[in-house]
Amino acid sequence: MDRIPILKLGGALIVTIQVDMHDRLAMALEEDLTSRIAATGARGVLIEISALEIVDSFIGRMLDNIAAISRVLDAETVVVGMRPAVAITLVELGLTLTGIKTALNVERGMALIQARLDEDGDLGNARASRED
Amino acid sequence: MAIDGIQVLVRTVTGHEAAILESWLGLLKSGGSLQTGRIREVELQAQARTVFGQLRDALASGESDGHAAPYETLRETLADISRSRAIQGFTPTDTANFVLSLKEPILTALDAANAGDMASLVAGTRAANRLLDGLGLYTMEVFQTGREEVIGRQSQEIAELSTPVVQLWDGILALPLIGTLDSARTGVVMENLLQAIVDEEAEIAIIDITGVPTVDTLVAQHLLKAIAAARLMGADCIISGIRPQIAQTMVHLGVELNVVSKATLADAFALALRRTGRTVVRRAAPAPVAADDRR
Repeated sequence: MDRIPILKLGGALIVTIQVDMHDRLAMALEEDLTSRIAATGARGVLIEISALEIVDSFIGRMLDNIAAISRVLDAETVVVGMRPAVAITLVELGLTLTGIKTALNVERGMALIQARLDEDGDLGNARASRED
Repeated sequence: MAIDGIQVLVRTVTGHEAAILESWLGLLKSGGSLQTGRIREVELQAQARTVFGQLRDALASGESDGHAAPYETLRETLADISRSRAIQGFTPTDTANFVLSLKEPILTALDAANAGDMASLVAGTRAANRLLDGLGLYTMEVFQTGREEVIGRQSQEIAELSTPVVQLWDGILALPLIGTLDSARTGVVMENLLQAIVDEEAEIAIIDITGVPTVDTLVAQHLLKAIAAARLMGADCIISGIRPQIAQTMVHLGVELNVVSKATLADAFALALRRTGRTVVRRAAPAPVAADDRR
């Protein structure tokens, strides 16, 4: 089964979704991401979905779940690059993803995560940087 | 009933053709549609002659039902006339009178032709009434449809005109809303806004509702949807221009917009600039003009 690659960049994990999400892929991503956050002690998760054209309630809930899990593991989730049509669909589905931070593109999303890393200073970042 | 009303009607109309047409033209002329200046006398006469000619031809078939095949051409002519009148702005009365005023001359002719024969007169009158009322109603129906088409086109044009997204500054958009928000319009507004956010890479969108006459729970829900969608795209929204009365209504209705709201577009713009790390400062007072002259 294909998996979505998770890249580590400093204290952040980066996921770009470039295929159509089906339910099993989404669940696999959720699992992989959880274990990677725990393993690396990442403080930020950036999910880039500019290539994602179709969302349903399951994918929306998955995004919410990932954000909730990350929060428990002390990482912040930023979803970037959402298409207008996807945003409208999610709102019509009633999923406003209130627990998730959003940004227009990867650059601004990374800036959000970087701001958090800077705030924590070297202390919070210690484990993630050591493993670089 | 032994006497066929439609036959009586056919005989009368064919027999008194000239008299009926002349009398009808007279009625149309004094009817008031000429006074409005929307149609010329020659044109009105030509229309009346065509309609009357087609009515006579249709009657010759012996059919009394205005919806039957022989009346097809007549119905088309009437439809054309009333559609063009709808666009020209005629009143419904004028349009209906065009057909209904034909009744008077025909009834007079029937009266004259069947003076001694009461049964024929009644049957003929009945047939004439039924036929002309049907045609009159048909004319009104087309007139109504024409008006509705005009209204539909106008509302579409208004919708297109009234949903602009303006770029105020690098990364700051304004969406001045004017007029009542319904779900169809909110859809257009939302799509425009989101597309503009992508195109301009905007961080902040200011939704100005100075031109929205009322905000009820439905409008508020529409606004919240647009704001939630914009947030999902990574842009923040600020609402501005809530008028005092609207603020009161909203509070009384229990409507809550959980977003930053500013009194005027200027305040919202200032906040947006501050959030994107910019400030507006007054330049040092310009040197007096006199000093420049001395140099």
